[in-house]
Amino acid sequence: MKKLSARRRHPLAALVVLLLALAATGGLYAAFAPADKAQADVAAQSLAIDEGKKLFAVGCSSCHGLNGQGSSDGPSLVGVGSASVDFQVGTGRMPAQQPGAQVPRKKNIYSQAEIDQLAAFVASLGPGPVTPTKEQYTSTNPDDISKGGELFRTNCAQCHNFAGQGGALTKGKYAPALEGVDAKHIYEAMQTGPQQMPSFPDTTMPEEQKKQIVAFVRHTTNDEPNPGGLTLGSLGPVTEGLFGWIFGLGTLIAVAIWVAAHTTKAKKS
Amino acid sequence: MSHDMSEEKLPESHGSAGEVAEHGDPFADPGLPAHEPRRTDIDERAAQRAERQVSLMFVVSMIATVGFIASYVAIDPDKIVYIFPLGHVSALNFALGLTLGVALFMIGAGAVHWARTLMSDVELPAERHPIEADDEVRADVIDQFKTGAAESGFGRRKMIRNTLIGSMALVPLSGVVLLRDLGPLPEKKLKETGWKEATPVKPLQLINMSTSQPMKAEDIVVGSLTFAMPEGLHVHDEDFQQAIAKDALMLVRIAPDDIKDDKSREKGFEGILAYSKICTHVGCPISLYEQQTHHALCPCHQSTFDLADGARVIFGPAGHPLPQLKITTDEKGFLVATGDFEEPVGPSYWERAR
Amino acid sequence: MSSASSTTSGAAKPASTRAKPANKWEAAADWTDGRLGIYSLAKANLRKIFPDHWSFMLGEICLYTFVIIILTGVYLTLFFKPSMAEVVYNGSYVPLKGIGMSEAYASTVDISFEVRGGLLIRQIHHWAALVFVAAMLVHMMRVFFTGAFRKPREINWVFGFLLLVLGMFDGFFGYSLPDDLLSGTGIRFMEGAILAVPLVGTYVQMFLFGGEFPGHDIVPRFFTIHVLLIPGIMLGLLVAHLILVFYHKHTQWAGPGKTEKNVVGMPLMPVYMAKAGGFFFLVFGLIAAISAIATINPIWAYGPYRPDQVSTDAQPDWYMGFSEGLIRVMPGWEVGLWGHTLNLGVFIPLMIFPLVLVSIAVYPFIEGWITGDKREHHILDRPRNAPVRTALGAAWISLYLVLLVGGGNDLFATHLHLSINSITYFVRVGFFAVPVITFIITKRWCLGLQRRDKEKVLHGRETGVIKRLPHGEFVEVHAQLPQKDLYKLTAHEQIQPVELPAQTDENGVAAKSGLLNRTRAKLSRGFYGGGSQIPKPTSEEHHEITSGHGHH
Repeated sequence: MKKLSARRRHPLAALVVLLLALAATGGLYAAFAPADKAQADVAAQSLAIDEGKKLFAVGCSSCHGLNGQGSSDGPSLVGVGSASVDFQVGTGRMPAQQPGAQVPRKKNIYSQAEIDQLAAFVASLGPGPVTPTKEQYTSTNPDDISKGGELFRTNCAQCHNFAGQGGALTKGKYAPALEGVDAKHIYEAMQTGPQQMPSFPDTTMPEEQKKQIVAFVRHTTNDEPNPGGLTLGSLGPVTEGLFGWIFGLGTLIAVAIWVAAHTTKAKKS
Repeated sequence: MSHDMSEEKLPESHGSAGEVAEHGDPFADPGLPAHEPRRTDIDERAAQRAERQVSLMFVVSMIATVGFIASYVAIDPDKIVYIFPLGHVSALNFALGLTLGVALFMIGAGAVHWARTLMSDVELPAERHPIEADDEVRADVIDQFKTGAAESGFGRRKMIRNTLIGSMALVPLSGVVLLRDLGPLPEKKLKETGWKEATPVKPLQLINMSTSQPMKAEDIVVGSLTFAMPEGLHVHDEDFQQAIAKDALMLVRIAPDDIKDDKSREKGFEGILAYSKICTHVGCPISLYEQQTHHALCPCHQSTFDLADGARVIFGPAGHPLPQLKITTDEKGFLVATGDFEEPVGPSYWERAR
Repeated sequence: MSSASSTTSGAAKPASTRAKPANKWEAAADWTDGRLGIYSLAKANLRKIFPDHWSFMLGEICLYTFVIIILTGVYLTLFFKPSMAEVVYNGSYVPLKGIGMSEAYASTVDISFEVRGGLLIRQIHHWAALVFVAAMLVHMMRVFFTGAFRKPREINWVFGFLLLVLGMFDGFFGYSLPDDLLSGTGIRFMEGAILAVPLVGTYVQMFLFGGEFPGHDIVPRFFTIHVLLIPGIMLGLLVAHLILVFYHKHTQWAGPGKTEKNVVGMPLMPVYMAKAGGFFFLVFGLIAAISAIATINPIWAYGPYRPDQVSTDAQPDWYMGFSEGLIRVMPGWEVGLWGHTLNLGVFIPLMIFPLVLVSIAVYPFIEGWITGDKREHHILDRPRNAPVRTALGAAWISLYLVLLVGGGNDLFATHLHLSINSITYFVRVGFFAVPVITFIITKRWCLGLQRRDKEKVLHGRETGVIKRLPHGEFVEVHAQLPQKDLYKLTAHEQIQPVELPAQTDENGVAAKSGLLNRTRAKLSRGFYGGGSQIPKPTSEEHHEITSGHGHH
């Protein structure tokens, strides 16, 4: 990062940025544009859209309208992109059980194939963030963890806590814990900004950085050991204080009772 | 005024326990009960058993200390083991802590068990003596003091007394004066931020904290959240911490129709609003942005600001809105600031004009 | 020298008149006594009597955790670098590789991961600190509720109170040292709080931080305060506190043979040397075991401090939690005064914070003034026998707890599925209402317990044996309490309210008693009037009932 900032003023910097931007755009285009692929793909795609439309009519249209135009019960889905659908349905948030301040995560009732069909249909309504591929959200560089950590503390920890345990928002809303969330879904949440979460689009947070954040979150919530013993929820000093009172002072008082108690007499008086 | 305190009796050595006095005051102090022996007092085998238990505890402690040293030498500090229900913990920390704990605890347990079973448990009374001295001593001391005071002439020679008091009162001032170089005077420091370098002629670009790159207006989409710092600041600068503590920005984009405050809309650029990230309560980096309600919540003390309404405080202990930085774009289309905040950022203070 | 007549051969040597020591240990003791006077010291203390009760060991927990904190703290200073110079981390902890951080933070991460046993010592230090302050609070509550603060122990109460306050602040300074994201946020709060002080706030802030926040001086300065200044003062106070405990001799519960003029228990040597000495090892051992199984302050996971970063769940350690509650629930009042700004939203909590503490600290003096009692007290009160005092103490604790809830409102919100806003509103009301409710309930509870005691004394204890009377009525047989229990239940004195001096003196001239006197009389009625205690049974009542037993 230091190197990058130091060279930002270089006369060629603008050129490099331009080239990078072009390459990124080109890459994105290559990744998402189905043009060069076989005609069969196009056919498969339109088939998926048709299937998705049927699923949509059954599961989603009551709130979002038959064509995803939205209603008083649910927002318009035009332009939310396939990533939104994959996130919302894949984490079980949609279809929502009931409208409320926040739609919670729950068990997903659709198969991945069905979700893909739904996503294809919604994506056909208007351009939006596209479901990432495995390469996009899977990091292979071990340095990504620490880079992701710094990005996480700048952009995410304020709501999701330093260890991804989540936290409170206003009026009963909350930022959910990130434990056990699929890498793909973490990535999609940053792309699309579900519910109260702001989005972190590729224009302000490039794909590479999202991948680093995903690497950090996965490492912290899955692979990272807890060397000091019980984490007590990784919630900071509040749970530590509670533990200190109950198991620290509590045990010591129990011991004090033993120390001070009179030894049992030989015969009861 | 107080009820009678006549029950103040010295213990009648070893009175008989538990019997209600047939005559006289039923509430009278029956005196210390007679000592009753414990098992270990009368049964030598029980005493020997207790002795063995105490020694066993001391031996366990010795073994644990050996275990501590062995763990220290043998276990790699990076080694992680799974221990139910603790999880994947450091093998070294767990082994050292447990062996140290056992080594210490067993010494204590042994000593207490020894005291409880084998040392005498006869309760003994000890007399208390009043803390206050008796009148004779008191009179004597006061007399001595008066003599000393008179001999010093402290009361009589007023000039000495007054100058002594004066010099004693002044001398600590040297110590106070020495504290002056602890830090600079506040002057205008809290009123300005790093954005003061920006002028309409030479504006400062807003640099994305994540990418360290400038941003264009179209990069910031509605519902997104971006953090920014002024151009020219670098993470590894010596004074980065001081600078970012005041310069940090929170960029949001709100559909212009949703912005309720006209002044705020004008300071922004096409709905992109740049607020100070530093809470006006006590300075936490406020950034829990709810993109649908446009509320920003501070994680430290829950001050809530409505970013669509000029960052008005709608809840919590903050006293005034988040300062907003006026932004626009330069000729290349990058977001820039053309001046400093119009008011000091961060928590308010006495000299801060309202 | 001149008068020493020597029986030994040779020149007249100066000699003590003491008998020849029996062995080399006695000889060594004699040698020491000749220089330090240890025999006189030991005469008073070697067989000093200590009464047995678990609650008398709470102070020992404080003492021992303090010793543990000093021992582990010294070890930590050997590795900790109190410097805010920037370094790039290159140690074994992967999620921080290549990240810029202060030397203070880097050295704390190294203590945790590179120094063998460093993590354990860090955790022992921190766990012991949490338990230390908790034990001090509970110890203080024990002294409060049993009236052990009464004459002659008021000054020792103040020493203890100062130790509690200093302990809290030293804990806060220690929490601030590693320069991690959590502790830095705490220092930032402190900066904001200082700025809120009218007139001098900005100057104090600049002088404390050596410039603008965070600067490069705050960690080294806090380090000196944390390891030298405050512990030094605490050590002095602690020694004074202990000397006074020895000098006053310990208080004791009422019971047969126990009076205001004696102390009944077991001698320091050997029983209390073994019990109290052993207890040190028990405390140390338990805290070491806790540090083996539970993480505290995982600074590596918080990341290094940066003023533009924060994690939710930003709280201080528990003992500062009530001040955190005050700060969180205060409405955001800010007023302009002659072109200046007064940040009441921060300044009012900043003033209430010491008031909460001082209110409990001055209580012994207020009670002493109300009762006008000048006697020494060495027999403890059972809390029920001082209903107003007990109720005031309970109200204070309830206030403290309400504020703790306020300080952890975000965690209560997420874990109980509540809204932070509603919790905050609840705490705002609760700050005023809960202590009042607690006071009323506790006082009534105490009075109920007093009535039960009276019942037990006069009518004996329920045996559970049911007897059928000739006319068919069932009654439970009550057994007379043994005299030791009768004594225990009636040993307390009941203070009577002070009377105002007559409104007119003997000549009929109106003698107005001052406001202070009238307040005192009013308070005294509130504390000890008819509504605040149940008259304890008299031996006449007891005699009447026991002699007429069977036909009531």
